[in-house]
Amino acid sequence: MRHALSLFAVLYGLWLALSGHYTPFLLAIGAVCAAFAVAVAVRMDVVDREGHPIHLGYRVPLYWGWLAVQILVSSVRVSRIVLSPRPAIDPVLETVPASQRSDLGRVIFANSITLTPGTLSTSVEAHGVEVHALTRRGMEELKSGDMDRRVSAVEGEP
Amino acid sequence: MILDILSWISIGVGIFFVMAGGLGLIRLPDLFTRLHAASVADTAGAGFMLLGFMLQAGLSLVTLKLVLILVFLVFTTPTAAHALAHAALLGGVRPWTRKPKDPAP
Repeated sequence: MRHALSLFAVLYGLWLALSGHYTPFLLAIGAVCAAFAVAVAVRMDVVDREGHPIHLGYRVPLYWGWLAVQILVSSVRVSRIVLSPRPAIDPVLETVPASQRSDLGRVIFANSITLTPGTLSTSVEAHGVEVHALTRRGMEELKSGDMDRRVSAVEGEP
Repeated sequence: MILDILSWISIGVGIFFVMAGGLGLIRLPDLFTRLHAASVADTAGAGFMLLGFMLQAGLSLVTLKLVLILVFLVFTTPTAAHALAHAALLGGVRPWTRKPKDPAP
């Protein structure tokens, strides 16, 4: 129920943000549409901790801030490699251990890896993520486990 | 005025990253390394350009929509890149590797 209400709030907020017209008719239509979408989602049984993870709460924005810095740092690094006269690349394909306990946590981890330039998740398994890295250094940094620990912290208690 | 300057700097940085990503797409040797270059363009490149647009738009619905574009981009691009790389590996594309006799960089 909590998830359904939260999903309704998100959908109606999206309607208000994207429409920009605030007449009673359009406000009512928006509420009806959002309620209908929530009803369909509930019937499909996708409104749960995984499909609508509100339990992650405030930890997500904090993690996004950290991730944005990582993305910036690795973007500069990959740009330098690309712009150098002889690209110093040494691609490797290896499995990085993942300590998350839920599918949601593993998806956050794998997507974070892919979002960071220079590392790319190619396959997600039960206890690890197969990663293609542009440089050996990028792979070593990922294997140091900093990102893995942070994602597990965001995931919180199962 | 200051907002204008910041906005142009941000858009300029975004353009730099998009150009670097595009150049990498041409210069790097295989599908996987090129995906790395492409991800520069659609994270840092698109991010800085959208930030510049937000500074131009100020506090308005337009900025809210730009934020939504960024959010959707951040959720969809890694999923697409992952699907592409996974499909390529399953399809038998071997990743390019440095030859053993080459000196390590």
